[in-house]
Amino acid sequence: MVATSDIVIEVRDLDFYYGDIKALRGVSLNIKRNQVTALIGPSGCGKSTFLRLLNRMNDLIPGTRVEGQVMFEGQNLYDEDVNPVDIRRRIGMVFQKPNPFPKSIFNNVAYGPRLTGIKDKKKLDELVVRSLKQAAIWEEVKNSLDKSALSLSGGQQQRLCIARALAMAPEVLLMDEPTSALDPIATSRIEELVEVLKKDYTVVIVTHNMQQAARVSDDTAFFYMGEMVEMGNTERLFTKPEKQQTEHYITGRFG
Amino acid sequence: MTGAASRRYRMMTERVAFGIIRLLAGLVVITLGGIVLFLIYQGARAVNWSFLTEAPRDAMTKGGIFPAIIGTFYLTIGSSLIALPLGVASAIYLSEYAREGWLLKLIRLGIQNWAGVPSVVFGLYGLALFVVFLGFGVSILAGSLTLGFLILPTVIGASEEAFRQVPSTFREASLALGATKFQTICRVVLPSALPGVLTGSILGIGRAAGETAPIMFTAATFYTKHLPTSPLDQVMALPYHIYVLATSGTHIDQTRPLQYGTVLVLISLVLGINIFAIIIRTRMRRKKTW
Repeated sequence: MVATSDIVIEVRDLDFYYGDIKALRGVSLNIKRNQVTALIGPSGCGKSTFLRLLNRMNDLIPGTRVEGQVMFEGQNLYDEDVNPVDIRRRIGMVFQKPNPFPKSIFNNVAYGPRLTGIKDKKKLDELVVRSLKQAAIWEEVKNSLDKSALSLSGGQQQRLCIARALAMAPEVLLMDEPTSALDPIATSRIEELVEVLKKDYTVVIVTHNMQQAARVSDDTAFFYMGEMVEMGNTERLFTKPEKQQTEHYITGRFG
Repeated sequence: MTGAASRRYRMMTERVAFGIIRLLAGLVVITLGGIVLFLIYQGARAVNWSFLTEAPRDAMTKGGIFPAIIGTFYLTIGSSLIALPLGVASAIYLSEYAREGWLLKLIRLGIQNWAGVPSVVFGLYGLALFVVFLGFGVSILAGSLTLGFLILPTVIGASEEAFRQVPSTFREASLALGATKFQTICRVVLPSALPGVLTGSILGIGRAAGETAPIMFTAATFYTKHLPTSPLDQVMALPYHIYVLATSGTHIDQTRPLQYGTVLVLISLVLGINIFAIIIRTRMRRKKTW
């Protein structure tokens, strides 16, 4: 049994609309602390939309509407007095395609801390080194911190983006199909990294690769047609799915 | 037709088509080259060190164009100081803040039409608003404002295009790190767009340097020996000086070489400004890797 304090994010009856189109219907689920939660499902099932609701990135799309609650450490993210900027500092995000800034490796990682007003060179140095080490890319870039981030390979860029997110010391790290643009070797390095990160962070990862979900996650939620069909312990969900739709998806009958 | 014959036919049409296109392109180059050579031939005789560094003398039949060079320099700098901040700010609003809709369409339409307004209309507008109503008089300030407004649509257009070319993933990455919209614009969007903003704007500024009509009523004076000491002074300017030499001289045979010399200086100046813009663009292209 999981105590309440082990739940970081509690989603209750979440509906989401793009204009008149209802993209998510009545989604309720819990994200547990220091665990990796995978969101799986076929393309267009709403899993990425759901992920982006957890740090209010969907606010940026005009004409969208949210109903229901996303409780994060006891506070509803969609209360009127909540500033999305503060939320995004506490809940970091890594995107599908690596998207480093056209700046140096150092300045990419230091970008977030600088936003919060940290100017002290020594403190920034420390943060950058620590974040790069945490993201398992330090050894590869330690002699080229002044080089452009765009000179790195795709897999390195993605780990740099993870380092950049970690530099904000977020409580939760959201990853939106972080390996879909990477080759198998780069993918396995990111997967190894996710395993390590859960010691310090709570990770939510969207993937359409079921093997990946099985490999890296503790809990898995299966989304289909805007609904959360089933959620549970990853091993249990993949071996003994309770819902027929889940079974059909994981046995490859659709999707 | 046999296969070989039809292939021959296709090759021939291709050759003819290419030939015509080449000829037309060549015509453009020849015309341009002709004008430039003519100006160099006519103007080079007048241009020398004292021409560039002295004031006109003897009812403009002798001496140089130094005050006009200085005047055009001030007007160019002044109009940039006005058009750049206003233009970049407007472009930031249009591309980053404004929501798509009829209002935005109307503003864009307005800016496009603005760019097509004849420059003499700007001159009259400047005369009415800056010279008379705001009381700046015929001055560098009034002329810079008028020229600044003339090139504003160019600056807005170039800047907006440059902002649009900044990938939205940069903005997303920044916002996801907890940056505010304003921080994102200042720290990511603007630096990435700056070379494009500058290139487009400098081309506009080059145009401002060569305009006559907008400064006729607002900044330029027929003749002054004195260099300006304040933004409220009137100045001589190269384009207006050419106009004066070409239309108001009584000793045409004596003023004509000076006139061509002035044209050559002005053309070189505008060309120099454009080359500067091209250098920035080339360097930017080399650096840009997204």
